[in-house]
Amino acid sequence: MTDTTMALAGSDPHQLGGMAAIAHSGPASKRIVTGYGFWIFILSDMVMFSAFFATYAVLLGQTAGGPSGRELFDLRNVAIETGFLLASSFTCGLASIAADIRSAKWFQIAMAVTCVLGLGFLIIEGREFASLVARGAGPTRSAFLSAFFTLVGCHGLHVSAGILWLLTMMAQVFTKGFRADIMRRVLCFALFWHALDIIWIAVFTVVYLLGSAA
Amino acid sequence: MSNGHQEIDDRLDLAPGDEHVEGVGSRVLGYLTGLGLAILLTATSFFVAGTDLVWQPSIPVALVVLAIAQMGVHLVFFLHITTGPDNANNVLALAFGVLIVLLVIGGSLWIMANLNHNMMPMDQIMQMQR
Repeated sequence: MTDTTMALAGSDPHQLGGMAAIAHSGPASKRIVTGYGFWIFILSDMVMFSAFFATYAVLLGQTAGGPSGRELFDLRNVAIETGFLLASSFTCGLASIAADIRSAKWFQIAMAVTCVLGLGFLIIEGREFASLVARGAGPTRSAFLSAFFTLVGCHGLHVSAGILWLLTMMAQVFTKGFRADIMRRVLCFALFWHALDIIWIAVFTVVYLLGSAA
Repeated sequence: MSNGHQEIDDRLDLAPGDEHVEGVGSRVLGYLTGLGLAILLTATSFFVAGTDLVWQPSIPVALVVLAIAQMGVHLVFFLHITTGPDNANNVLALAFGVLIVLLVIGGSLWIMANLNHNMMPMDQIMQMQR
């Protein structure tokens, strides 16, 4: 019996310990339950976005005689936005590491950089929206532009909410330290922020790159 | 085991976002790898979209493939979704989400393309109503 356990441990990179761990395990820890619940929320958020993506793809050609994506989109701006969001995803990961090693200084620095990059993204997006509206290509112009503003605006709203959450986490870590409940919120925030970047991949590919090709 | 979060016996599961890797250096290296791959894929996407060097009809497919690859990179290197047994719940939830997303997008495009194909052009419908 002991020999089998030893043999199992050797070929057991995740230290499951055969069936023994399953027989004796209690309920999962709060961190796992919270993280998993938030993971389900993120996936349902992606399902919601998929409906907006489907709407955009269906309405891509319905410009009602108005401007099409090829005439409107400035891909250089989109590339800069993409860079900002990607870099902020990276610094958000660094903030998670800093939180795990309980380094308040590096956590605050990484979160502040994430915040600045996120704000940069929002400013560029806001200017793009403002210039579209100023050129008479607002959401009321055509079905294509309604779908565009709904989809990209919804992502922008998520980023705005993420920045508010980010600032809340900086304040909470500053005042309450790395308590277990704060660490769970940091975990959920990191999931949220990385998920926003994943949705942005779909946005820049479907909306901007494919949209300006069509 | 993971990141020092061991409140109870967590050997069977791992919270989404947590990873097995120990040590700051190797964890930062993981994020750097993800960042490098993501930059590479993004740059390829933008290059392919604006170039004349590639056979034009292949570009939409190439862009979609590059986007899916980059989502995979983000899932693995930033969200730490693995195929390990402690990630089974996370992967199953993800798989269900992907299924619904594919049904919504694929189904909408299919139905609307079919409707477009079978419906009379709008100006002809207007003429019939006169």
